[in-house]
Amino acid sequence: MAAQLKPGQGPLDYGSRTWLKVLFAVIFFVLYAPIITLVAFSFNTDKRGVVWRGFTLDNYTKAWNNASLIEALTNSLVIAVIATVIATVLGALTALLMWRFRFPFKGAYEGFMALPIVIPEICMGVALLLFFVNSGMMELFVHLPWPLNLGNIIFAHVTFCFPFVAVVVRSRLVGFNRQLEEASKDLGASEWQTFWSIIVPFMKPGLIAGALLAFTLSLDDFVITFFTSGPETVTFPVKVYSLVRRGVSPEINAASTVLIVITVVATVLAMKLQAPPKADKG
Amino acid sequence: MSEAIVSIRNVTKAFPGGVTAVDNVSLDIAQNEFFALLGPSGCGKTTLLRMISGLETPTAGGILIGGEDMAYTPPNKRPTNMVFQSYAVFPHMTVEQNVGYGLKVTGVASDEIKRRVGEALEMVKLTALATRKPDQMSGGQRQRVALARALVKRPKVLLLDEPLSALDAKLRDDMRMELTRLQETVGITFIIVTHDQDEALSMASRIAVMDKGAVQQVATPAELYEQPKNRFVADFIGKVNLIEARVHRQIGRKIDCELKGVGRMELNSDNLVGAQVSVAVRPEKLKIATSEPTSAVRVQGKVRDVAYYGDTSHVVIEAGDGLDLSVNVQNDTRLGGAGVERGQQVWVYWAPEDSIVLTE
Repeated sequence: MAAQLKPGQGPLDYGSRTWLKVLFAVIFFVLYAPIITLVAFSFNTDKRGVVWRGFTLDNYTKAWNNASLIEALTNSLVIAVIATVIATVLGALTALLMWRFRFPFKGAYEGFMALPIVIPEICMGVALLLFFVNSGMMELFVHLPWPLNLGNIIFAHVTFCFPFVAVVVRSRLVGFNRQLEEASKDLGASEWQTFWSIIVPFMKPGLIAGALLAFTLSLDDFVITFFTSGPETVTFPVKVYSLVRRGVSPEINAASTVLIVITVVATVLAMKLQAPPKADKG
Repeated sequence: MSEAIVSIRNVTKAFPGGVTAVDNVSLDIAQNEFFALLGPSGCGKTTLLRMISGLETPTAGGILIGGEDMAYTPPNKRPTNMVFQSYAVFPHMTVEQNVGYGLKVTGVASDEIKRRVGEALEMVKLTALATRKPDQMSGGQRQRVALARALVKRPKVLLLDEPLSALDAKLRDDMRMELTRLQETVGITFIIVTHDQDEALSMASRIAVMDKGAVQQVATPAELYEQPKNRFVADFIGKVNLIEARVHRQIGRKIDCELKGVGRMELNSDNLVGAQVSVAVRPEKLKIATSEPTSAVRVQGKVRDVAYYGDTSHVVIEAGDGLDLSVNVQNDTRLGGAGVERGQQVWVYWAPEDSIVLTE
């Protein structure tokens, strides 16, 4: 008779070993404690926001009434939405190009395309600033009315976001069964019909994941935005940075909490959309 | 014989990199035929099928479907539909949507789509699963979806690429009968690609045996089995004993020859023979006797192996001169078995007319 294994003794029974549980706890604490603190202190009555004095929603009201903070948040959201749409389309097309066609220097292009992912942000920021100034785009955009004056920031954000989309969509396309495409054509569909009714639905999870990545990257980007924004345009991360220099105020906590909620909601929505539909009853 | 629905004329397909998958093939496939392209993997049968569907373009030669040259007709405009080896059922669509897809993209009215999809699903017995997604279905069911999806388009020719290879043995038998029934009901030409000779023999009305990109023989199943044209066909279709033989002389429509390990005999042969030929005999045509038989063709040997298969036993007999003969014995009584034991000395004999003389 084999001896009965106690929980935690099985070869793959890692989850119930004490040292692993402790490790888990430490990792989760390090990851989430700062965020939880930020959220908790957004409800703090203390002006300095260092010591807990009592619960209040005043910070949210103050943040809401702080016109410049709201303006920065609106700017950030507008930039993120527009940049995400453009980056997703551009990234998806790039991925399709890489997956579908053979052309000279394809390998080199594939490497270059991924450069914005690996280049230090500070270099990207400087490069984009120089480009905007020298090409006259800076001059052109900063004098335009809102939201067109965000043009250069959107341009910059698309530049560093679309490779992420392309990489995600490309890896999704690797798993595509080419016979599906052939079957579609064999059944009478044109290239265009095949693209929209077979390939795009297949890419969808990749598109959603890529778009989400682009959205969050754009929303919280500081370095590149800092270099490429005009004097009149302030985004949320840049605004928070300038406020923090004058001391942490609970208002910032409140606004940051709102931003976290937006990101979490977007993530949850995207995961919902990606989840396979539940099986029909019967 | 009715006129050819598919006419393949001197078609060659060379892939970049120097592989000639199909080498100067000409075939005529008649209306309502159940035609099989049979051959080992890599013989070019699938490439030929894909060229009929338009998914590959021939390097040379032409393909006519219903009398029309298809050289400049893309796959979506051809009167053919294909059942893919992987079935290629669209994973994001329900069964209904899958079957209706080919009608929808060509602009058929939605009430007609509904009616025809209903009919097609009934034909493949999937009406109850119309709203299922493919990932909730078995391989056999997915294949039926692929079949219905192709048939609903009412093609002139239905192309099937190894349709049974992914199914388990029991399901394969059912589906084989199902396909034959469907072909008779819908009355369209089926062209099936397979590497499985049983599949081809049992379903097809005519078979083209392919090897190394070329057609070796086109014939009915019985002709292929009983009158193979060359060693490759004889060996590929069923089991066969190939015996080397030296021809001494020709007497009218007979040859006087010496079979290696067996001896001298006269055999019927229409072939104008060279000095060296092969004589092919199917294992089930050979008989075993424990005492010397009276047949003109007989050889003595020792039983080397007896393999029991339930309905038959396969016996291998060592004759002289390095010749091994395979004999299939029908186990027609419960207690008899093969009737021979390993190591036993026996006689093997067969009727001379069961020998096939092969020159190629």
